[in-house]
Amino acid sequence: MAGVEVKQGQNIELRRPLSPHLSVYRPMLTMMMSIAHRITGGVLYVGTLFLVWYLLAAATGGAAFAVAAWFFGSFLGQLILFGFTFALLHHFFGGIRHLIWDAGYGFDKEWREYLAAGTLAASVATTLIIFIAAHLG
Amino acid sequence: MTHDPSSIRSPAGRVGFLGAAKSGTGDLWLMRVTTAALVPLAIAFIWIVLRLVGKSNVADVRAEFSHPCTAIFLLLFILASIVHMRVGMQSILDDYIHAPRAKEWAMIGNTLFSIGFGVAAIFAVLKLSLF
Repeated sequence: MAGVEVKQGQNIELRRPLSPHLSVYRPMLTMMMSIAHRITGGVLYVGTLFLVWYLLAAATGGAAFAVAAWFFGSFLGQLILFGFTFALLHHFFGGIRHLIWDAGYGFDKEWREYLAAGTLAASVATTLIIFIAAHLG
Repeated sequence: MTHDPSSIRSPAGRVGFLGAAKSGTGDLWLMRVTTAALVPLAIAFIWIVLRLVGKSNVADVRAEFSHPCTAIFLLLFILASIVHMRVGMQSILDDYIHAPRAKEWAMIGNTLFSIGFGVAAIFAVLKLSLF
């Protein structure tokens, strides 16, 4: 950061060089699945509000449950359930990928790609299967 | 706290090798344990949700929860989730919130949200299955 004058004690961050960040890399599947893992984690965090709403409404019964049952049957409710299901399954398979890495496997060039593609394929496939099962049953 | 500008150690390095959240490898291990636990528990959770889909009568929902397996697996899922979501969100907050005061409040909020979710969900499951 040539030309930026920093006085002693002022924003020390300005004087330290920054590592190349996201914008310098070509988007890659492994990177996208890593980002998706974090995003789906955040989605599931917020999604707990819907789970707790359903459970409390069922525990309360009466009108409270009628409203919740209507909401989750509505188009918006179904859309949220679909998104939550996909987020859960993507995070699920991403988590298994992390367990494989934690055990010391799957770091070589081919397996990194297989695992990333597998996370995506498995989460999309199982989401569709579960949604079809839910609508048939 | 003063910082020597000539030092190459980053401010984060000064907190005692404990990382941005002031805690060590305990969180990493908690994440590993809860991930392992959540693999079967998430499958059980999806199974339970699939059985509840379309049940618009509370009596049918209660009947589902009266089975010990439903209640126990759902409670285990909730317990593992509380820990997992709190540590996971903490690492997100660590990465993106830089102001120390804001970070502290975010950490507190994260803990309270996770516990609040857990207590509410556990209460509801117990009420549905026991009463």
